[in-house]
Amino acid sequence: MDSLTNYLVVSVVLFSLGLFGVITRRNGVAVLMGVELILNSANLNFLAFARFGGMNMAGHVFALFVIVLAAAEAAVALAIIINIFNNFQTINVDEVSDLKQ
Amino acid sequence: MITGNIITDFSLLILFLPLAAFTINIIVGKRLPRQGDWVSIGAILITLVLSLSMLLNMFMNWDSDFSHEAKFTWIDLGAFKIELGFWVDNITIVMLVVVSLISSMTHIFSLEYLKGDVRYSRYYAYLGLFTFSMNGIVLANNLISLYVFWELVGVSSYLLIAHWFEKPSAAAAGKKAFLTNRVGDIGFFIGIMLMFTAIGSFNFQEVFSGVSQGLIGGSLLTLAGVGLFMGAVGKSSQFPLHIWLPDAMEGPTPVSALMHAATMVAAGVYLTVRLFPLFSSDALLIIAYVGGFTAFFAASIAITQNDIKKVLAYSTVSQLGYMILAVGVGNYIAAFFHLLTHAMFKACLFYGSGSVIHAMHHSLHELDDHKTDPQDMRNMGGFKSKMPITYWTMTIATLAISGVPFFSGFLSKDAILAGSLGFAQHYPQHFLLPVFGFGAAAITAFYMFRLIFMTFHGESKMPKVFKRIHESPRVMTFPLMLLSGLSIFIFYTLPYFNPLSDHGWFTELILAGDSVVPGNPTAHEIGEGVHHAHYTAMALSLLVAGLGIGLSYLMYIKKKLSAEAWAKKMGFMYKLSFNKYYFDENYDRFLYQPFLKLSRAVAYVDWDLYDKYFINGFGRITKWLSFLTGRIDYDGLDQSIVDGLGRSVQGFGKQLKQVQTGRLQNYMLFALVGVIIILVIQTI
Repeated sequence: MDSLTNYLVVSVVLFSLGLFGVITRRNGVAVLMGVELILNSANLNFLAFARFGGMNMAGHVFALFVIVLAAAEAAVALAIIINIFNNFQTINVDEVSDLKQ
Repeated sequence: MITGNIITDFSLLILFLPLAAFTINIIVGKRLPRQGDWVSIGAILITLVLSLSMLLNMFMNWDSDFSHEAKFTWIDLGAFKIELGFWVDNITIVMLVVVSLISSMTHIFSLEYLKGDVRYSRYYAYLGLFTFSMNGIVLANNLISLYVFWELVGVSSYLLIAHWFEKPSAAAAGKKAFLTNRVGDIGFFIGIMLMFTAIGSFNFQEVFSGVSQGLIGGSLLTLAGVGLFMGAVGKSSQFPLHIWLPDAMEGPTPVSALMHAATMVAAGVYLTVRLFPLFSSDALLIIAYVGGFTAFFAASIAITQNDIKKVLAYSTVSQLGYMILAVGVGNYIAAFFHLLTHAMFKACLFYGSGSVIHAMHHSLHELDDHKTDPQDMRNMGGFKSKMPITYWTMTIATLAISGVPFFSGFLSKDAILAGSLGFAQHYPQHFLLPVFGFGAAAITAFYMFRLIFMTFHGESKMPKVFKRIHESPRVMTFPLMLLSGLSIFIFYTLPYFNPLSDHGWFTELILAGDSVVPGNPTAHEIGEGVHHAHYTAMALSLLVAGLGIGLSYLMYIKKKLSAEAWAKKMGFMYKLSFNKYYFDENYDRFLYQPFLKLSRAVAYVDWDLYDKYFINGFGRITKWLSFLTGRIDYDGLDQSIVDGLGRSVQGFGKQLKQVQTGRLQNYMLFALVGVIIILVIQTI
């Protein structure tokens, strides 16, 4: 049970769910949540490789970095979503398509 | 004693002072006080003083071999080199004096004659231009600058003949003079080019030495000589180009005296005298015949003319023929001698006629008569009492031209006649030459006295006009007196006093040079022949002159012989002579009209055929071709390829634009698809 493959499978599932969320959710916050899932799957990967793949402490350090990065990212992204709401009165990302043409 | 450098300076001044006067008068003449005539007169008088000082220097040196050359390189292209410069010898000096003297007299005479003329300052300017170009001819040491000045003389002649260009006849006469001269000048230029091609130099001395070395000879030399002589035929108005000179009398009379009697027409003679050494014997024979025939033929026209200036004009042609005849028979120093004496007495005669015409003109003007011709001798008569100075001076000049002893014409004419007689004694087959000479001498004496008798003697034909005739003012009579004085033998025979022999400073200072053509007789041989014939010629010339004068006296004073009856008796001959042998008419019929027809035919071919069909056809084809290529370019190339490229880019862009949805998640999906594709490719 305690093998790399299991961890990686969980990580893949997490990544795929995150990606699915990012691509399909209309709600901006939900998209953000998808991103968090992707980041966490990456973290899981780091830790799994630290445990089995010989990355050792480097994996731990990277995981910590990712957590910090995710926090910062969440803050910035939420600020962007607030701004989008202020400008468009919605957080539906489909309607925010002013870049078109 | 004047040294070489000073002679160069003097020559430069003599050449360029009249040009300066021309430049000043043509630009600002009208605004100067007295319309600038004093500028021209000052310049010409200084020129005269300089020429006289050169003459004085010649007398002081008493050196028949004197010559001075100054030259500079004008064009130097290695093999092709042209040097311009002066050649001053005794002939040049005498000629300079003649030109500047007659020119000065003309300037002075014109003060009165041209008074109040509309183009007074321009007239004086042109006189300056003429004097400049004539002195240029005289001073030239090479053919090319001689030719340039030759043409300049032609131009100034044209300008002065057509001075009163409001009159159509004057404008036509100027044009005729210019164009007739062109015919001669073409030959002249061919001659120059032949010489240059053979010898490679324009310089007289180099040309002479080239000829003597045999660089050019045979028929080519004859051709070149005849070519050069053609220039003289044009300018000196010899048969068959004599037609312009009588018409040139349309110009103001002082101009006629200066250019068409004394100097410009003498340029042709001067040219043949200058170039005498290079004429081959064949060329000289042609020259002699042209001259002799012209002398006789022009004299025979002068008999019947009634216009006082026309008589003098034909007389000039005849006298120039004399000079050319003398050159032809080898006695070219006599030709130059006659040029000198003729310049004096013929200018005097022209001034005299000018004085008479002036008086007639004023008288007719007062009577408000604009129909009577002031130049027609039939309207004159008895002027002797009214115009004594004009009468006496003209009589002296007439005695001189008729070849009466004690006057200059006798000496020079005698020399020419002796030359032609000597030539005929040596070559009896050319007996016509002296016949022409003596015949012309008799006729000359006749018609010149006819002129004097008709103008000054007998009854006045128009009493009303006669009453108002008066002597011309001092500025007009002064040149008359001076020039008639110079028609007396003594000025040419000094320091000797023998009126029957031309032996004097002229014959001692100006010696004939040998011909450089191998085989031609030397100056000594020619001189022998002349000497041999001298007394016979003198006796004969006295006889024919006496005959002419006597006949004229009988006809016009004693009225023993009726001129009208004789004219009727000689009906055909009279008509021929009176109508100048129909030369103008025949030239018109056989030269100008066919030429005009030819020109029109050529113009027709050029305009109506060539231009219309060929040139315009070309245009049309080009237009059509351009249209075609335009279509290919625009419709084919531009529309399909150039615009097609743009259109397809545009269309592709339109299609591609669809991808830009603006939806964030679409982009992400694309990125994901891209990543997957890359991964798939990498795995494969």
